[in-house]
Amino acid sequence: MAVSLIRRLIQAIFVILAMTVIVFVGVNVIGNPVDILINPDANQAERLRVIAHYGLDQPLWKQYMLFLQGLVHGDFGNSFVYGRPALSLILERLPATLELAISALLIAIVIGLPLGLYAGLYPNRISSRLIMSGSILGFSLPTFWVGLMLIMVFAVELRWLPTNGRGATAEFLGAQWSFLTRNGLSHLLLPAFNLALFKTSLILRLTRAGVQEVLPQDYIKFARAKGLSERRIVFVHVLKNLMIPLVTIIGLEFGSLIAFSVVTESIFAWPGMGKLIIDSINLLDRPVIVAYLMMMVILFVGLNFIIDVCYTLLDPRVRLDAKA
Amino acid sequence: MSALLEVRNLVTEFGKGLGLLAVNGVSFTLDRGKVLGLVGESGSGKSVTGFSIMRLLDKPGRIASGQILFDGVDLATTSEGEMRRLRGKRIAMVFQDPMMTLNPVLTVGTQLIEAVLAHEAVPKEVARQRARDALGLVGIPSPEERLSAYPHEFSGGMRQRVAIAIALLHRPDLIIADEPTTALDVTIQSQIISEFQRLTEQSKTAVIWITHDLAIVSRLADEIAVMYAGRLVETGSVAHVLGTPRHPYTRGLIMSVPSQNRRGEPLRQIPGITPAINRLPPGCSFRARCDRATEGCSAMPELSWEGARAYRCFHPVEGPTHER
Repeated sequence: MAVSLIRRLIQAIFVILAMTVIVFVGVNVIGNPVDILINPDANQAERLRVIAHYGLDQPLWKQYMLFLQGLVHGDFGNSFVYGRPALSLILERLPATLELAISALLIAIVIGLPLGLYAGLYPNRISSRLIMSGSILGFSLPTFWVGLMLIMVFAVELRWLPTNGRGATAEFLGAQWSFLTRNGLSHLLLPAFNLALFKTSLILRLTRAGVQEVLPQDYIKFARAKGLSERRIVFVHVLKNLMIPLVTIIGLEFGSLIAFSVVTESIFAWPGMGKLIIDSINLLDRPVIVAYLMMMVILFVGLNFIIDVCYTLLDPRVRLDAKA
Repeated sequence: MSALLEVRNLVTEFGKGLGLLAVNGVSFTLDRGKVLGLVGESGSGKSVTGFSIMRLLDKPGRIASGQILFDGVDLATTSEGEMRRLRGKRIAMVFQDPMMTLNPVLTVGTQLIEAVLAHEAVPKEVARQRARDALGLVGIPSPEERLSAYPHEFSGGMRQRVAIAIALLHRPDLIIADEPTTALDVTIQSQIISEFQRLTEQSKTAVIWITHDLAIVSRLADEIAVMYAGRLVETGSVAHVLGTPRHPYTRGLIMSVPSQNRRGEPLRQIPGITPAINRLPPGCSFRARCDRATEGCSAMPELSWEGARAYRCFHPVEGPTHER
């Protein structure tokens, strides 16, 4: 176990290193921040001073080396726009995105898993067919459109829920959270549901497919031959086998929820990281973009690692050692 | 004393109204503590007969008509709840492929203990003890440790022992063994058969041993029933049926056993293959492969009784096999 953990760690470091190159070069290609940062009326001396200040006069490889140097110390440089460390700027926004992503994921699991189980166990019922057709909508309707519709129906027409912002927040673990207050929760509901829609469909369809795959297996028949209750067969024998693909998808999708909540955050003016990254891209705020992308890389690498560890807990046939 | 199991005119149909009769009018009786060998080629309906008795048919299979009287209860029509109470408790089943019958993500202990708890409200510790004893009984070394092992840590033969241990847990009145040794190699086969014989004799359990292997049947069974294309074609005591087969198909099966051939001669075989149940010719379904068939065989022969034995043929074989 220990050996394979170290192997995985070294692999992870290489992945992160490779990503730094891609991210750094990529960001340099999308535009020159100087055009945006410097007042067009500034004179040449002023321009050169600013360029030198941000180190943009250096050759690319030298900028990259400086960036790596900072990275080792956890320093992604200062934001061009806010003049503050990029990392702390992002971390400030992290709780907002995190609670949005977690809420969305919970909604997706709580709705998707039972419906998927039901549709898998009783595939011929009309209700199952309705669920499956519904999930196609969840897949194919664009997020931004659904978001706008949600606002129109629940905020504008029915006036049940607010349209934007995080509402009142309360402090917990040194960060501000919306879900701890009633008002904040009402602000969280619509964006979380919006973000959850696609994932719900995904989990639903995956669960159904899994059930259909497991049910005809001999070991399910044998479990029936033992005289087990249907409940035990479904919730222990079937569900435990389903957990393996589900954990993979849920883990990876959690990453993508955090990384790609941009659209939802923009529509609901949710002050999370997604909104920050969109603003930073528009302003070509390189340190923030780079820091954000690096955080996402680390997030995905970390999630993958956790998923692998979960496998060994869920599936006795998988042992990390065996891969060595 | 009435028979433990009496199957009367059992018809099992796949796909309602399509006329796909996997089991067509099968009748037999089985007394307590006796062993019935249910013999036939692949597709003859012998396994479907077994699963019909357990009421564990794969969809769209269903019992279309007939009675399965088990100790006075008609299994063909009894409630699903009653069936669940009987399965594992009074009627158990051992499957063909031991690699597939145990749930890969649950420990062997869990799968044994749940089988105990499905029928008896005992404390978990007691159930665990019963499970351990059951493993010991079927000859698994160090049963205490093996309880916490997963199926993949067992060999095929050991897994089949576990399955047999589960089947015997509640000392059932009847075990349906669906080719339980077919997937094992020969030395293990013999061990398993001996163990099985010993244990079922001890607990006075009646057995339906489904197989295509006449050597096993001659060793184990009291009675034999030969199936062809969904119908019983010959039935009687082992000595009668194997010693002086009346039906040409039974004779063909016996002649196909390699030890019946002289060294250097080509192995004998029954020409042709079992017809598919959706393309059965009218009349005797064996006539296309039979060397004794005449015009008259285009009508379906009824079972002709000769004391305690019966065969379904207009032109029965006379005398012992070897004289042919």
